[in-house]
Amino acid sequence: MKILVVDDETDIQSLFEQRFRREIRNGDFSFAFAHSGESALTYLTEHPSEVVLILSDINMPGMSGLELLREIRTTQPAPPPKVMMITAYGDNDSYNQAMQYGANDFLTKPLDFSLLKEKLKNTI
Amino acid sequence: MSIAHFLAAFFLIRFLRTYLKTTAPNPHWEARLLTAQYVVIGLLCVEAVVEKESVTRWIWDAGMVGGLLYLRRQPEFVHLQNRILTAVGPYVAVAVVSDFLDATGLYRQLPVKSYFEMGTFFALVWMFAMWQYSNKQKKALDVERLKRLEEEKHSQELERLVAERTAMITRQKEELEQTLFELRQTQDQLIQREKMASLGELTAGIAHEIQNPLNFVNNFSEVSAELIGELEDERQKPDRDTGLEEEILTDLKQNLQKITHHGKRADAIVKGMLQHSRASSGQKEAADLNALADEYLRLAYHGLRAKDKTFNAQLITEFDPGLGKISLVRQDIGRVLLNLFTNAFYATEEKRRQQPDTYKPVVAVRTRQLPGAVEICVHDNGTGIPETVRQKIFQPFFTTKPSGQGTGLGLSLSFDIVTKGHGGELKVDTEEGEFTEFTIRLPV
Repeated sequence: MKILVVDDETDIQSLFEQRFRREIRNGDFSFAFAHSGESALTYLTEHPSEVVLILSDINMPGMSGLELLREIRTTQPAPPPKVMMITAYGDNDSYNQAMQYGANDFLTKPLDFSLLKEKLKNTI
Repeated sequence: MSIAHFLAAFFLIRFLRTYLKTTAPNPHWEARLLTAQYVVIGLLCVEAVVEKESVTRWIWDAGMVGGLLYLRRQPEFVHLQNRILTAVGPYVAVAVVSDFLDATGLYRQLPVKSYFEMGTFFALVWMFAMWQYSNKQKKALDVERLKRLEEEKHSQELERLVAERTAMITRQKEELEQTLFELRQTQDQLIQREKMASLGELTAGIAHEIQNPLNFVNNFSEVSAELIGELEDERQKPDRDTGLEEEILTDLKQNLQKITHHGKRADAIVKGMLQHSRASSGQKEAADLNALADEYLRLAYHGLRAKDKTFNAQLITEFDPGLGKISLVRQDIGRVLLNLFTNAFYATEEKRRQQPDTYKPVVAVRTRQLPGAVEICVHDNGTGIPETVRQKIFQPFFTTKPSGQGTGLGLSLSFDIVTKGHGGELKVDTEEGEFTEFTIRLPV
């Protein structure tokens, strides 16, 4: 299953690749990375119905994670992928808005990777 | 004859009494002179009763000569000596000589009696004339003295006035100095408050900016520990996959580099924050303007994001890679950049509030190497600055923000830092409703 990780921090890529090295090697997950909301949308249109799940940071310069979520939920053809939002600020406003826009889950930084692994496995 | 003696003595005593009264009142002498006066009157009465002029005239003569000799020795009348002698002297001399001639009987032998009588008369007239003259002179002196007293009083009054004015001016000067001191203190406090206010705006941004690299440090450490575990497991196996071992070692090396990188990132942010809050050392040091601009752009952006979750803007950075190190006061230029970025974001926020649906906020930073100078532009597509406000934006305490939200010192301090502190220029280009662009030009 293909997971798209969206975060403006580029090092998130090697972190995910190492954290999920066993799962990647076993072929449980495969990851794609985008460093902005805009490039995430580009990736989605270039790889239609490939991505099953999106993990997106909220705080990004330019298009924010919430805007990306709204875009996906309003313009993407069915079946829309699952979207989990990640934020450094675990405030209620962001949470409510994410839920209102149709997020499937809401995680706060720093990420608890074992919890994330559980959630990802349950999602499959 | 003795009437003349009496008059001479009487007027001399009176003269002395008035002299003392007007110059230096002296009760001791007053009593003495009064006694002398009574003695003179008494002597006249005794003479009138006993009619022994041949005896009493010697008493008169002796009294007058003795009196004059006595007066000569008195310090109180030292200034009068000559006048008394000139006025009374001739009369006494004539009287004594004529009495002597009379007593020895020479009067009858010599044909001089009429001369002596004439001399006595002239001496008396002389004495009165002198007395009059002296009185007149005394009056003139009194007038003079009064005038001098008046002048003295006047000059004392003047001196008093001068002293009063001097005291007043001194007091005012001290008050002004105190006020100036207080103003300086207030100015320092305001500058410090402005710094702290901008630091306050940053706090959330700083927390976010530190949290991100710290997360990486923690995550890469944990994942490295896992990798080491995996490596150890692999080495226990009888058929070791050396390719995998190599891969793990490469990853470990990379992770350590990343840990160092993110550790340094957090370190730089904390250092920057400390530098920002610290009083400016004024020390110029070679600095990477691109890195400085990037650092403060992020701080300002995350600071605002943390305060207002709905805030967002696209950040465009166009850094000239050919920009050499520039000698500048880091925390001062940092403050200027922070101020310009915060203003830019504020302007886009205002515009977004006016056009929530169609507006895309963009803040751009560009650096450029020019001949002999570097240029850094902060551009936003926000509300712009109206013509009426443009002239005032660099004035201290001018702010368009609601009261309590802006100190009105940001741009004024920035202007001072760029122009006075670095000999550079700070210019603004703007169009109301369209954009604002601040350009800093620093000489290399």
